[in-house]
Amino acid sequence: MAEKVLMKGNEAIAEAAIIAGCRHYFGYPITPQTEIAAYMAKRMPKIGGVFLQAESEIAAINMVYGCSSAGKRVMTSSSSPGISLKQEGISYLAGSDLPCLIVNAQRGGPGLGGIQPSQSDYFQATKGGGHGDYHLIVLAPASVQEMAELTIKGFELADKYCMPVMLLADGTTGQMMEPVTFDFDVKPAPEKPWATTGTKMQREHNIVNSLYLQPEKLEVTNLERYKKYETVKENEAMWEEFMTEDADVVVAAFGIAARVSQNAVIEARKQGIKAGLIRPITLWPFPETPFKKAAEHAKAFISVELSMGQMIEDVKLSVSCTKPVYFCGRVGGMIPSPAEVLSAIKKADGGDR
Amino acid sequence: MNTATILIAGFGGQGALFAGKFLAYSGLIEEKQLSWLPSYGPEMRGGTANCAVTLSDEPVGSPIVTEPNVLIAMNRPSFDKFEPAVVPDGYLFADSTLIDAESQRKDIKAFYVPATKMAADMGLTGLSNMILIGKMVKETGAVSLSDAEEAFKKFVPAKKAALIEKNIEALKAGFEY
Repeated sequence: MAEKVLMKGNEAIAEAAIIAGCRHYFGYPITPQTEIAAYMAKRMPKIGGVFLQAESEIAAINMVYGCSSAGKRVMTSSSSPGISLKQEGISYLAGSDLPCLIVNAQRGGPGLGGIQPSQSDYFQATKGGGHGDYHLIVLAPASVQEMAELTIKGFELADKYCMPVMLLADGTTGQMMEPVTFDFDVKPAPEKPWATTGTKMQREHNIVNSLYLQPEKLEVTNLERYKKYETVKENEAMWEEFMTEDADVVVAAFGIAARVSQNAVIEARKQGIKAGLIRPITLWPFPETPFKKAAEHAKAFISVELSMGQMIEDVKLSVSCTKPVYFCGRVGGMIPSPAEVLSAIKKADGGDR
Repeated sequence: MNTATILIAGFGGQGALFAGKFLAYSGLIEEKQLSWLPSYGPEMRGGTANCAVTLSDEPVGSPIVTEPNVLIAMNRPSFDKFEPAVVPDGYLFADSTLIDAESQRKDIKAFYVPATKMAADMGLTGLSNMILIGKMVKETGAVSLSDAEEAFKKFVPAKKAALIEKNIEALKAGFEY
């Protein structure tokens, strides 16, 4: 058993990336994810890796594109406004079927917003964000340990499906310290026969590209990509359930909102309300199964988010609007308190007791 | 206590975050479940700085502490802001050198330690934070101080190891106050 260490979530991401075999990091500083870049700047030169502070977020994501084309495990990280800048590159990565890990430690928006935690980039992360039809696999850690685990999982999934993976964290999970162990069995990167590694005059040229001027061809690439997405949906949805088996009121929350909600659910149970929590770990693919199952007995659902209500749409779709889905959230860097969530639970359960 | 939800608050530079780290590493050594959450951003530059530490025998839910059962107030604004939030039967530790007020609440256990003055008198300027931690540990038993040195060694960089001794001295002074 590896030793337990105390680390900030951001640092755990960086260390886990190194363990996953990532030796190339490109980024541009922004609060509240700067610890990732700082950690990489310190470690990469010592282990033969590359840390490069690009001239902008746009440059960094295109460096990721180049490095991934060459077959390497590569990552970048930023926070909300910086992730917006990266969207063009992310669309190109998706259109070229390139694996990589992108970390978004979300902060309040829109615009330059603030630097306190937020989850208001849910739409951007799960529904596109850049142009064109595409998806990212989106992973939502709720603890420092999970930030490490999902970083490694993220690299593995990216390579498995040849697509970009986003780790959707937030300011709080990035800044907090918790014990973490790095006891991982990492799947090494698979062979990448498509990578542009030089032909050595022994094979045809590999071309990594997202430009198809013939609509027939471009349509085929889209259709094939969506077949791949179907496989991802079937196999990769992850979630955690807490006291949902007999729940009347089911709270849906991810990341830091799930931590707060869990406290509220425990308190609700103490007060005799059958509350439960479904915590999506993958936001795309969205875990519909537990919601469908819970809808068979639950009276109502509540989506708890650090946004004006974004995931709530996926919760509604998952239960096919068979049960009411309420919203509870704070924005701008504020975090709902367990008491606020508890009062939403009571309301959904049918008035104060 | 089964779960200590500790809020340490003061001006930036008073060592609130450092004191929280000491508690977190002590908890790690004692194999407790824990989280440490700092305030970050502009408030750290001379404004109010605070950190939340949760130490528990059970897995930690939310790392955010809005209603502490232990408050360490290092200046007046922190006292004014957080004293009403302490849960009934909770603890308050205040630096009485810098806080010219006392809690009117009857439902909390309040302790006043002239930590800044004590630190100055003992040649431990800047270590009022650890004096307050020492008093807090004595009254609450949130962690034991037996592994204090080991806890410091886990997060104080080697080049600053010389300062560990003074930190321990401050802890003891608070513990014995």
